[in-house]
Amino acid sequence: MTMAKPKIASVWLEACAGCHMSFLDIDERIVDLLGKVELTATPITDIKTFPEVEVGVIEGALGNEEELHLAKELRERCKILIAWGDCAVFGGINCMRNFLPAGQVLKEGYVDTVSTVNPDGVLPRQDLPALLPQAIPVDRAVKVDVYVPGCPPDADTIYYVFSEILEGRIPTVPTDIMRYD
Amino acid sequence: MENTKKNTIVVNPVTRIEGHGKITVDLTDDGAVDRVRFHVTQYRGFEVFSKGRDFREMPVITPRICGICPVSHHLASAKACDAILGVTLTPTAAKLREVMHMGQFIQSHALSFFHLSSPDLLFGFDADPAIRNVAGLAREYPDLAVAGIGMRKYGQEIIKTLGGKKVHPWHSIPGGVNRSLRAEEKDGMIAALPKLKDDLRKALDLVKNYLAENAELAARFATLETSYLGLVKDGNLELYDGRIRLKSPRGRITDEFDDSEYCAHIGEHVEEWSYLKFPFYRPLGFPHGSYRVGPLGRINACDDISTPEASAELAAFRKSTGDGMVHYTLYYHYARLIEILYAMERLEELLHDPDVLGSDLRITGNVTNREGVGVVEAPRGTLIHHYEVDGKGAIERANLIVATGHNNYAMNRGVEQVARDYITGPDVKEGALNRMEHVIRCYDPCLSCSTHAVGKMPLKLEVRNSLGDVVRTVTKE
Repeated sequence: MTMAKPKIASVWLEACAGCHMSFLDIDERIVDLLGKVELTATPITDIKTFPEVEVGVIEGALGNEEELHLAKELRERCKILIAWGDCAVFGGINCMRNFLPAGQVLKEGYVDTVSTVNPDGVLPRQDLPALLPQAIPVDRAVKVDVYVPGCPPDADTIYYVFSEILEGRIPTVPTDIMRYD
Repeated sequence: MENTKKNTIVVNPVTRIEGHGKITVDLTDDGAVDRVRFHVTQYRGFEVFSKGRDFREMPVITPRICGICPVSHHLASAKACDAILGVTLTPTAAKLREVMHMGQFIQSHALSFFHLSSPDLLFGFDADPAIRNVAGLAREYPDLAVAGIGMRKYGQEIIKTLGGKKVHPWHSIPGGVNRSLRAEEKDGMIAALPKLKDDLRKALDLVKNYLAENAELAARFATLETSYLGLVKDGNLELYDGRIRLKSPRGRITDEFDDSEYCAHIGEHVEEWSYLKFPFYRPLGFPHGSYRVGPLGRINACDDISTPEASAELAAFRKSTGDGMVHYTLYYHYARLIEILYAMERLEELLHDPDVLGSDLRITGNVTNREGVGVVEAPRGTLIHHYEVDGKGAIERANLIVATGHNNYAMNRGVEQVARDYITGPDVKEGALNRMEHVIRCYDPCLSCSTHAVGKMPLKLEVRNSLGDVVRTVTKE
């Protein structure tokens, strides 16, 4: 089955945007791709809430309550969920903080750093999502259908995955373009 | 505290910016704007979890702060490591680092302007969100879209040539670089430049015409009279290695200091409602010592630009608003394009320098200094890496002041001003939200960087009543 103009939603959670940048690195092919898919809520468009979509894409690990919530919400509203990049697939570099309690990570960052002037020890908390005890990969919270590792995945790999989906297949990244960084 | 809260509007997420953020607008009982805040909602903790790592790993770890300007972190980190080794780079290594840096300025500034900001200028702030994006750009202005894509690709290819990958390259190492530049690669880079310069000149015309036709908006839109901070070399605009200069709103040089002394001059303030700190100039305190960085900050802080065409553009830029110092926030876009022009001209200079084809790439050494500071201009502003190590080189303390943070106070003030202009009561038009977001977009924030996190930068607007209850959440749909 080929889909007619599938809708795509993507989100960038605990990560560096590098996977979305690698997506933009498909360069001229983006013009062609944008003719075949409909971008809905993504970091590069202005639609803010996920509609029902065929394909959901998550870049990034889950490190705070908002990110956890967004991962669950996107999972509910998409048919195929893709995890882009080492952070979404494995947790990535974010997991280096997991050796320390979240409270200590906050205190050291906002009080102890050398140029910080914070005599009252104010910690960010108001109107902000609280840190999860540990940063976790996406599939610790929701089911993932397609794994695309790499830091970031190469643009050609990202393009391959979309091409396969447009052909109606659930892609598995072949070993010759599969990369772990 | 809760019962003193007023009506609040929240924009979440802020989109087409590079990071995670939301805006809240508190309203008084009669619906007037009371307080406006821009919150950065993500924190990852790089300074903390780097402890114990060998400092030589930092040029590979820290770029993961930001996939949009990973080269900035790569270079600032490598410079801090050079300082720990106590070495001075070979001319070839220093110039190859700068070549990669110019590639990054071209790609990152092109992304900011063509992919993220130009839709607002071309379609208008009140245009349908469904077309006001890069896809709409590709449909309605294919030539401009293709030019932007090509410019970004060119910068990314330079990064990949030297560092193996477009995002998170690996080229700089403590004491130098790990790969030389081949003559045919250099020739290819030079050959592509004339066409890109032509495209850039067209974009400059577009921005200049837009600002001339919308002079009233430009004068009013989130305009702030602030100090400006940026690197200079002999007074000229500098992106890779220079002294840190602070200029006052009236154009007086307030201070100029060596980058290793940053901590005596710059402090960071913490608010409990944002994960992004607020850097300030210590002698003036917070918030009076706040300043702006990035394209407008650098263009205002420098005396001149060392390359001819960019220098001429700078002179025109300064004349365009009268007295030399330009405080109009929309002029960030204009300043950004002048910097792309500089990056192209500087790249051309470097590529014609025989040193870039040299093979003397690295000076080796051991831990000589227990502390090292590395500062570069990232596309979004001054980026500071500061490491303290033990005798074997394990990180004991790390401190990072990232470009977007310097603009935090200005972004908050700018959003507040636009809210006061466009919001009266909880019935908020989408165009008003987009204008607030565009303030943020002018600064091209990389919020990932800012909190040493990256993030999505969606924006939500929440309106809260005087009891603190959310009476309306405005997200763009």
